[in-house]
Formats: sequence, structure tokens, C-alpha cells
Amino acid sequence: MNAQAPALQDPRLNRPEPLTPPLGDGGFFQRDRSIHPPAHAPGYKSSVLRSPRQSLLSLESSVSEITGPVFGHNDLGPLDNDMIRNYAKDGDPVGERIIVHGRVLDETGRGVPNTLVEFWQANAGGRYRHKKDTYLAPIDPNFGGCGRALTDDTGYYYFRTVKPGPYPWRNFVNSWRPAHIHFSVFGSGFAQRLITQMYFEGDPLIPVCPILTTIPDKDALDRLVAPLDLNASTPFDSLAYRFDIVLRGQRSTYFENRTAGN
Amino acid sequence: MSQPLNYLRETASQTAGPYVHIGLIPAMAGFDIFEKNFSNVLVTPSTQGERITLEGKVLDGTGSPLRDVLLEIWQANASGRYNHPADRSAGTLDGDFRGWGRAGSDFDSGLVTFDTIKPGGIVDKAGRKCAPHVNVWIVARGINIGLNTRLYFSDEEAANAADPVLNLVEPAVRRKTLIATRGERAGKVVYSFTINLQGADETVFFDV
Repeated sequence: MNAQAPALQDPRLNRPEPLTPPLGDGGFFQRDRSIHPPAHAPGYKSSVLRSPRQSLLSLESSVSEITGPVFGHNDLGPLDNDMIRNYAKDGDPVGERIIVHGRVLDETGRGVPNTLVEFWQANAGGRYRHKKDTYLAPIDPNFGGCGRALTDDTGYYYFRTVKPGPYPWRNFVNSWRPAHIHFSVFGSGFAQRLITQMYFEGDPLIPVCPILTTIPDKDALDRLVAPLDLNASTPFDSLAYRFDIVLRGQRSTYFENRTAGN
Repeated sequence: MSQPLNYLRETASQTAGPYVHIGLIPAMAGFDIFEKNFSNVLVTPSTQGERITLEGKVLDGTGSPLRDVLLEIWQANASGRYNHPADRSAGTLDGDFRGWGRAGSDFDSGLVTFDTIKPGGIVDKAGRKCAPHVNVWIVARGINIGLNTRLYFSDEEAANAADPVLNLVEPAVRRKTLIATRGERAGKVVYSFTINLQGADETVFFDV
């Protein structure tokens, strides 16, 4: 076993009893920007010309922020959460078969139900099916590299894919991305909108990645690293990784039915 | 010592990267995979409201357009109501308008467009009237955490002057960075906008 493996994120992620959301004005908890990468992070060179330099103007949550798009099963197709099958032409994609699963929670620990989770990634050789990707590793004819799922009533999501490969990119002359899967998550209000990346336990490229190390908080970085989850692995078929995602919490209001999980 | 509060911490943001289209707009990446796709067209023939096109660019610190940027917009319908259960205002819901869309910029010109309707004004919690606006979220390679801004409309001068959010912007000269300019092309209403990530005219971004 790898003694260097990061701990299973925050152990509270899996605790059974969520906190009761505080009664209040329905607004979101103030975002703690100290756990996010700063806009201007010179080690990630692309951020230099694309980072605002003025202070952000802080807004209390209004109806424009606590609302957001609602998605349903009608928006999805039956194979959308199966990247092994959703682009297969004449067989399965090449690579290590894996399951990725977890819950979308808010900061009180409650599951975020019926929310859209989208994911995309390179193939097992580290090549994206994208007309702008020119890396020499081959395209896999049976792998598209994108999928999406709706969380269930408890915030749980699940998908199947092959493990993405690392790949080189232009930052320093020898910069390589650790294997990763991109995630896009909505939540219930537009102010919860989040894009992030999931990494794999034990990847030696993690501590030298110029993008991952834009995150100033070591614990926040570790929470992006999914542990191997043998309990969820399918014998003689697929390994599994667990990745829980936490969106901002929200105060409830007097008008809400507080038992309804909203 | 005190009791632990035991809140979880939000998951850290990471850049959407240069290949964001694969996941969110696969047709732009160059392939067809989903039966149903999201797009920059928010309207159907039966959506109520004035048809408009929002058209603009996102510029970097040199004034060059981002050609790999992705924008999402979220807006109220023509009667000022968001299609979401947390909006309990008096406006009428329009079942043919979700109010959300996404668009990638053109790989050559950097132009971003949305076909939508002009939203109605909304009323905030304090009962104040807010000028019609569209909420915008921006991600791209080099953007480490999604940027939130808004678009207001140039032909709503009186409403804009009274808007509680626009009035928070200081110095006031920066308010113009949030205004899309109304024009017409081939009989269609087009609102043009420019989002400057840096520089003297840097757009106002919000911590929402």
C-alpha cells in the first residue's frame, strides 16, 4: 500500500448527520476565497493576462443568486453517465476501467439533490477529443471523453469511464498535468456554480502541477484527490474512486419547508 | 476551547481549461455524442418576450479577445420572474423559458452570442425595483475561479439609475462596464457588450 496516500478527504464528508441549515434570509454562506486559487497565480502563466486586478464587489444574495437553472432527466440520455459506452463504435475504449462515484453536498453536509454534474477528460493516453488538442498520443476511436449525470435525492452520483492519462502542456518546458477529470456542478442557486478537477490518489505529478498548486490551502488541495475505493470496485471489471464535492451552504427562510431538503 | 462548528469546506475551484468544450459544448470540440445538447439559444417559438441577441467578447489584459472562453447566462423571464422555486415574486412563470444558456466564443473571432429575450425588472427582498439584467458566469483556461458579472441594458436608463446593485459600484464611472448597448441589425435587436478582464475599463466582477 502507498503510505503517502492522502487521507480520505475530510472524514466529516461521510458522516450521517448533516447540520441543520441556519434559519435566516435564504442567502448563501459567504464564500471562503482563501481555499480557492487566486485569480492571478503567476506559476500558472495563462492566469496572468486573464485575471481581474480590481477587487470583486461583494453582493448579498438576491433572488438573482439564490435561483439557478433546474435540470431534469429529460435533459439527459440513457448512456450519458457511461463514458465506456457513450461513444463506443466497434468496441470498448482502451484503458483502465474505473467507476467514479460520490455525493454532491453543501457546507452543512446535506446532499444536493437532482443537480446536474458534467464531467470531461482525456483518454487513457492523455489525448483529448478536441480539435485544438495536438498532443501526439492517439485519439481512441471508441472514447468521447464526456458525460453527465443528475444526482439522486441524496446527492449521489455515479459514472463509469477509463482512467485518463497524464499529458504535457505549455507552461514550463516540461509541465505535465496529473491524471484528472474535470467536473462542472450547478447546485440550486447560480452562486453555487463550480468547475473543478478531480485527481487520483498516489499520482506523483500532483505536487508538481502548476495548476493544482495554485490552491493555497493544503487541505483544500487534498480534497480534490479521490481515494481508491475498493468497496465500490466491481470484481474482475472496474476499480472505483470516491469523489465528494461540496458546494456553498445556504441559510433557510421562514417560508421554506425545512424538512424538504431544500 | 469551544464546540466544533463542523461545517464542511467548499470544494476548491480549478480552471475549466482549454478543452472545456468537450464536456459542456461537445459540438464545438468537433464531435457529436449526446442526444440532447445545451446551447446559446434560450428561446423557443412560444417563449414570451422581446427577442434579443446578446453579442460580445471577453478581452484579456492586452485587449485581445479570448477565443476559448465559455459564458453562461441566467436571467428572469419577460415578467421578471426566475424559473426556480425560490423565486416567490408575483411575475408569471413561462413554461417555455428556462432562463439559462451557455455559449463558447468563436475560435477565430472570440465572439460570443446568445439568442434570448429581454428580461423584466425584478423586485428584491427589500421591495426595491431592480433594473432588468442578465447574470453572467465566465470560465476559461487561465481563469482559476469562475467570474460573475451582470449585463444591464442601455435603453433602461431610469431603471439603471435606481438599481441597488449598480448604485453600489464605486467609482460610478465603472458602472458603464456593466451596460450592454442596444442596436439593430437586419431588423433584429442586438445588445453588444465587452467584458474587459483587466485595464482601465476592467469590468466589474462580483463576489456573489
